[in-house]
Amino acid sequence: MNPLYAARRRRNKIAMGLSFAATAFGLGWLVLILGVLIYEGFSGLTLQVFTEMTPPPGSNGGLLNAIVGSLIMTTLAILIGTPIGIMAGTYMAEYGRHDRLTSVVRFINDILLSAPSIVIGLFIYEVMVVPMGHFSGLAGSVALAVIVIPVVVRTTEDMLLLVPNSLREAASSLGMPRAYVIRRVCYRAAQAGMVTGVLLAFARISGETAPLLFTALNNQFWSANLNAPMPSLPVVIFQFALSPYKDWQALAWTGALIITFTVLALSIIARVLSAPSKQS
Amino acid sequence: MTDFALQGGAVRAHDAPSRAKVLARLRLGDAVFRSLTRAAALGVLVLLGGVICALIIGAAPAFREFGFNFFVEQRWNPVTERFGALAPIYGTIVTSFIAMIIAVPIGLLIAVFLTELCPQFLRRPIGTAIELLAGIPSIIYGIWGLFVFAPFLQQTLQPFLISTFGNVPLLSSLFAGPPYGIGVLTASLILAIMVLPFITSISRDVFEAVPPVLKEAAYGVGCTTWEVVRYVVIPYTRVGVIGGVMLGLGRALGETMAVTFVIGNAHKISSSLIAPGTTISATIANEFTEAVGDLYTSSLIALGLILFIITFFVLAAARYMLLRIERRIG
Repeated sequence: MNPLYAARRRRNKIAMGLSFAATAFGLGWLVLILGVLIYEGFSGLTLQVFTEMTPPPGSNGGLLNAIVGSLIMTTLAILIGTPIGIMAGTYMAEYGRHDRLTSVVRFINDILLSAPSIVIGLFIYEVMVVPMGHFSGLAGSVALAVIVIPVVVRTTEDMLLLVPNSLREAASSLGMPRAYVIRRVCYRAAQAGMVTGVLLAFARISGETAPLLFTALNNQFWSANLNAPMPSLPVVIFQFALSPYKDWQALAWTGALIITFTVLALSIIARVLSAPSKQS
Repeated sequence: MTDFALQGGAVRAHDAPSRAKVLARLRLGDAVFRSLTRAAALGVLVLLGGVICALIIGAAPAFREFGFNFFVEQRWNPVTERFGALAPIYGTIVTSFIAMIIAVPIGLLIAVFLTELCPQFLRRPIGTAIELLAGIPSIIYGIWGLFVFAPFLQQTLQPFLISTFGNVPLLSSLFAGPPYGIGVLTASLILAIMVLPFITSISRDVFEAVPPVLKEAAYGVGCTTWEVVRYVVIPYTRVGVIGGVMLGLGRALGETMAVTFVIGNAHKISSSLIAPGTTISATIANEFTEAVGDLYTSSLIALGLILFIITFFVLAAARYMLLRIERRIG
């Protein structure tokens, strides 16, 4: 074989081997992280975790108040963020498709989408916690809602842009006003994708810790009062994992297992939902 | 017949005012809906403006007190209330830089695997699995890094680096000091794993958008797979790949929880990569709730402002590049 050709084939083999190795490396981390999580967290996964409050160090307890706090705050965040996000996405895809405003909003929205979440926490601290004078679950929810909005805006706009124009024209030709066309025809056509966006946003915020640290703070006790500091699963994990107590660390692992599998399940459901609509 | 027509006409005549009313109501509803959506779109802009304004107002006392010195001062002393941002800024940039050095080649190689080598039926599952790495919340990377990864590095990689490079001039200072496990290098490695999926998924998307004709032409003249990737795919998608890399960089710069767990939170600049350090986001996460005094709080918000400005420009550049490739690929 001619030596140049042999060298090229060798180089190709090395490069392809490396790319195979890189993929194995990436998948390896996923397996490793999930494996450790299950190994460390599964033994602590008892009914107690879901029925008892976070304990003081040295005694038994569960994560009930943290789980409930997380649920309240993420739900409220979705309720605040989704309508705003859908409205903004609707304007961009329906009314102002070729506006200058739309391209500016899209650019800014994409930046908000990847903005550091801790900065969002600082922002809400400045505009809500300081004027109110105390930390609160409400501030935590608003901080999470700020993270929800860009995700929902993005998916709503993308999904509405996929709706064929002939549907809009057909509805308009029957004399439907624009607002009806959008709500009765376009939303229905884009439904699956928009739900996916909300699910993705839900998955994203249920693991967020940084924006809650100094908005909702934490609470050792049961609290459903939105006007008071509220516990949340990620913040409790943060506090417990960095503590020197073994039983707190064990609870942190269990909480980590719960969060991870919730988030991964949500994102897989979102993918499954959006997959068929993409192909057709 | 006439009766019927008359009746119909009567109904129509009777309906005329209500028809106008209905039309007016619909028109009003339309206008209201339109302005609501427009307000929401403007709200997104207000949100960004609000973030910037709130941070500037919050940071003002610190900047008034320290002026430009805030950027070049290394000391961070809550007791004497002297604050300088140099150590966190340095830590943020160094950890992100090392993370990118590791993650970019690996991320690109995975994208090459997914687009060129992988059998068709495995592409979706493997791609999804890599993207799930991005779905794992950052606090999980933190707890895993602290309890599993850091002790592992302390026993294996770090002693190896110290003994290998200990006698090499220059490199010895990079790996000086005892192996703590936690530190700048550990944080960088975890960041690398976290940004990997961002780089992979964007590179895969742009690689897939290369017109098959270009690749087939290259294969047709006898190129190997590697040569097609190296001389056709990558040059064609360069802007998009750089955009993806910048997007990953934006993530790495702002990443908080994972880094907070493993960096060690030491406010000093050390030439050694295995020494503890700190980043902007880790400093804020660690100290904000404990900060007493307006100047301390304000200095932390000023750090947040610096972080936001850095990431803003990195992300803006990323989006600009991705927009350019989108336009070209159409």
